[in-house]
Amino acid sequence: MTYSISEKLDAIPRAMITKTELLAQMRSFLTADAVLHEAEELSPYECDGLSAYRQVPMLVLLPSTIEQVQKIVKLCRQYSVPIVARGAGTGLSGGALPLQQGVLLSLAKFKSILNVDPLARTARVQPGVRNLAISDAAKIHGLYYAPDPSSQIACSIGGNVAENSGGVHCLKYGLTVHNILELKIVTIDGELLTIGSQAYDSAGFDLLALMTGSEGMLGIIVEVTVRLLAVPERAQVMLAAFDDVEKAGAAVGDIIAAGVIPGGLEMMDRLAIQAAEDFAHAGYPRDAEAILLCELDGTNEEVSEQVMKVREVLEQSGAIEVRSAKDEIERALFWKGRKSAFPAVGRLSPDYYCMDGTIPRKKLPEVLRGIADMSAHYELPVANVFHAGDGNLHPLILYDANKPGELERTEAFGAKILELCVEVGGTITGEHGVGMEKINQMCTQFDENELTQFHAVKAAFDPDGLLNPGKAVPTLHRCAEFGAMHVHAGELAFPELDRF
Amino acid sequence: MSDISVQLQQQVSSAIADKTVLNIIGGNSKSRLTRAVDGRRIELADHQGIISYEPTELVLSARSGTRLQEIEQELKKNNQMLAFEPPHFATNATLGGTVACNLSGPSRVYRGAARDFVLGTKIINGNAQVMKFGGEVMKNVAGYDVSRLMCGAMGSLGVLLEISVKVLPRPASEISLVQEIDQQTAIIRMNELSAQALPLSASCWQDNKLYLRLSGATSAVHAAQLRLGGELLQDDEIFWQQLREHQLSFFNTDKPLWRLSVPPTYTPLEVPGECLIEWAGGQRWLKSDASAEQIFAITQAAGGHAKRYANNSQQTVCQPLQPELLSLHRNLKQAFDPHGILNPGIMYPEF
Ligand SMILES: Cc1cc2nc3c(=O)[nH]c(=O)nc-3n(C[C@H](O)[C@H](O)[C@H](O)COP(=O)(O)OP(=O)(O)OC[C@H]3O[C@@H](n4cnc5c(N)ncnc54)[C@H](O)[C@@H]3O)c2cc1C
Repeated sequence: MTYSISEKLDAIPRAMITKTELLAQMRSFLTADAVLHEAEELSPYECDGLSAYRQVPMLVLLPSTIEQVQKIVKLCRQYSVPIVARGAGTGLSGGALPLQQGVLLSLAKFKSILNVDPLARTARVQPGVRNLAISDAAKIHGLYYAPDPSSQIACSIGGNVAENSGGVHCLKYGLTVHNILELKIVTIDGELLTIGSQAYDSAGFDLLALMTGSEGMLGIIVEVTVRLLAVPERAQVMLAAFDDVEKAGAAVGDIIAAGVIPGGLEMMDRLAIQAAEDFAHAGYPRDAEAILLCELDGTNEEVSEQVMKVREVLEQSGAIEVRSAKDEIERALFWKGRKSAFPAVGRLSPDYYCMDGTIPRKKLPEVLRGIADMSAHYELPVANVFHAGDGNLHPLILYDANKPGELERTEAFGAKILELCVEVGGTITGEHGVGMEKINQMCTQFDENELTQFHAVKAAFDPDGLLNPGKAVPTLHRCAEFGAMHVHAGELAFPELDRF
Repeated sequence: MSDISVQLQQQVSSAIADKTVLNIIGGNSKSRLTRAVDGRRIELADHQGIISYEPTELVLSARSGTRLQEIEQELKKNNQMLAFEPPHFATNATLGGTVACNLSGPSRVYRGAARDFVLGTKIINGNAQVMKFGGEVMKNVAGYDVSRLMCGAMGSLGVLLEISVKVLPRPASEISLVQEIDQQTAIIRMNELSAQALPLSASCWQDNKLYLRLSGATSAVHAAQLRLGGELLQDDEIFWQQLREHQLSFFNTDKPLWRLSVPPTYTPLEVPGECLIEWAGGQRWLKSDASAEQIFAITQAAGGHAKRYANNSQQTVCQPLQPELLSLHRNLKQAFDPHGILNPGIMYPEF
C-alpha cells in the first residue's frame, strides 16, 4: 500500500555481506532446495495474506532442523542480516513481509506433531504444523485445540503464537496465550531456549506471555506445546436474525447479562450475510439487517438449560427469527458461512481490506454508525463481520486497486476506523497484529514513553534489532513523520524529534 | 476512593534522585512469598477504588490498592466473580498484590490463572514514567503483552497503578464429592477426569482422599455427580476456601512449606515429607525438611519448579534459573528499571 518500510525511518540494520557471499555460506550447510535465491523462486514469498504490500527478500531459507535454524541465525547475527520469520504466510498485517536486504526464514518444513499426551492433555508440535492438524490429531482422544482462527486449515501454530491469534471461540476458551504451555525458541544468539514448561507456570517472569503476540521480533519459535481440551459433549448453534444492527448488538450484552458465556458469539451485517449466503449456502436469512450466531457448548444438561435461556433473551431483544441448528450438519453449515465470510466478501469486489479493531462492546452502535458514515464519505462499501462476544470488529472495505486513488482512499478509511476504535476505548488490533500495516496507528495508541519501553523490551532479546525490524513497534522517528501528516487538534506529535 | 498516583510517581522520582531502593507494599499479606527487600516503603494501600465495572462488558478496572474483598463483594452483587479464585492470605489483600504475585486458587487449571484474566495495566516503570498497556477490551495484540509480564513479576518491573480484569458469571450451582483413594491413583484419576467433558472446577488430594468440585447449571452438576459417584462433601465452600487460604490443618506446620509446580501427570514425587495435591496434579504442596538442593533437583527432573515459602527462620527461595534465562531476566529488569530501585532481589538475589 502507500506505506513502506524505510531503512532510515525504521532503523533497519544494513547487511554487512553481499548476497553472493551469504548464499555461499548458507549453502555450506543447507541443501540446495532449502536456499532460494532466483527471482522466480523468491516471488511466492514476497507477501503474506495482506497482498497489497510486496517485497522480494534477498534469500528465502527453508531449514528442516533446529540446528540449521541456529546456524542461520548465528550467521545473520555475525553479518548483521535482518531476519523475517514466516509460518504459512496467512497473516493479515504484513508481519511476514520480507525485507529487501534480509533473509526470509520459513518454518514450513517443521511439520511434525511430536507427541500427543492424552492424559496430560497436551500436544508438542513443530511450529509449521497447521492449527487444524492439531485438533485432527487429538480427536481420537476426545480432545481438541481450542483457538480456531478462520484460517485454521492453513495457518501455522508458530504464526498463531507470534500473533496471539484468536478465533470464534475465544470469549469462552481464550486466545493462543491462554492455551499454550511451553515454547522452544532460538534467540538471536543462536541459543535454544525453553520458555514456559510442561507445568502450569514457571519460575521467574512470564516470558511465555511476552513471547506470545511478539510478531517474530523477540525470537524464532521452533517448538510449541499446546494445551488440549475435552471436546464438549454437545455444541448447539443458534441463529438469530434482526431487522436492525443495533438491536443485534444489544442482544449480545443481554445474553451475557443472563449469565451465559457462549462458546462462540458472532455477528454479521447485511452485506456480509448476503455474500456468505451466496458463497456457502448456509441458509442465512438474506433480508436480515444482522444475524447473530450463538454457539452453546458443554454437557448435555448445561446446553439444554442455556438454549432455553438464550432463546428467551433473543426473543426479548427483538430478534425477528431464532433458529437452532437441527443437527451436526446444519451446525457445520452455519459455521461454514461465517468462517468463509472473508473469501465470500472477496467475490463481491476485486479487492477487500480487512480491519481488526476491538472496542468495548457497548460502543458497538456508535462505531457501526461511524463506519457507515465514513463508508458514505469515502464512497466505499463495507461488510461487517464481528467477533461480537469479544468486541472484535472486522470491517471489510471493498475496493478496486486498479481504479486510480481507490487504494489510497481505502487506506485512509481503514486508518480512520482504527482511530475511532482507539477513541472509544478500544484498540487498533484484536488478533491480526500490527505488522507493517498498522505501524503508524501505533503512534496513536501509545505515547513516546510506552513506545520507548517496547523498544527496550525488544533490545533485551535482540540488541541489534535484527529480528523482523520495522514491524510491530514504530520508531519515534516514524511517529514524528506520521504525526506531521496527522496533526491532531493542532498538536504536533513528538515535536522534539527531527523530521526527515 | 482515592487516586494517589501523582504522589506515587513522585516517590519513584525521588528514589531515582536519592539512589534509594523502594519496597513496594500493597496489603503486606504476601510477604511469605517474597524475598525481603531492604528499602524505603512505597505504600499502595491508599491508592484505592474501583474505577469502572460494567457487568455486561465482563470487565472490572480498579486501582491496585483496592481490597480484593471489596472487589469480590461488588462482583457478587452482580452474580459475577474473579474466576481465578485468588487466595487472600489476609483481609487487607489488594488486587495489585494478587496480580503482582500471579496468585490463583483451586479453579486455576479449569478456568485459568490470574495472568489469564488480566486485560490491561497502568504502571510506573523504574524511570518514574506512567504508562498504559493492554486495555479494557477482551482482545488486544497491539504491542508486547507487558500487562501479563507484570503478573508474577512481584513489582520488580513496575509499580502497578491500575489493573483491568476479565470477570465471569458465577455458576448457578456447585457441589463437591469426596472419595477414598491413594496418591498415585488420584493423580491419574484427576487427569483422566479433566480430559472428559465434565463440569469440574477444582480438584484436591489429601490424606488419601480425593476432593472434586463440580460447577455449572444445576442439572449438569447433578448429572455429573451421578456419573462420578463418591460422597457429597458437606460445607464444601468452606473446604475450598480453607484450602485456598492455607487454613486446612495440613498447612499448620513448623516444617518448611514448599510449593511445587510440576507437569500434572507426574507420579508421586520421591521426596521425604507430606504432600497435598491440587490443580489436577499440577500444584503440589510439600511439608519437608529436605534440603533446598534436593527439592530443586527433584522438581527439575520432573520438569517443574519449586518455591519455599518464608517462615520465621528461613527466607523464600525459588528454583534457580538457567544461565541463559537468568541473563534474559537481567536484561528485562534493566529495560524496565535501569536504576534497580523497584523491589530489587524480591524474586532472586541477582536482579
Ligand atoms: C481468510 C483468513 C482468515 C483469518 N482469520 C483469522 C482469525 O479468525 N483469527 C486470527 O487471529 N487471525 C486470522 N487470520 C490471520 C492469520 O491467519 C493469523 O494471524 C495466523 O496466526 C498467521 O499464521 P501464519 O502461520 O500464516 O503466520 P505468518 O503470516 O507466516 O506470520 C505471521 C507473523 O508471525 C511471525 N512468525 C511466523 N512463524 C514464526 C515463528 N515460527 N517464529 C517466530 N515468528 C514467527 C512472522 O514473522 C509474522 O510476523 C486470518 C487470515 C486469513 C487469510
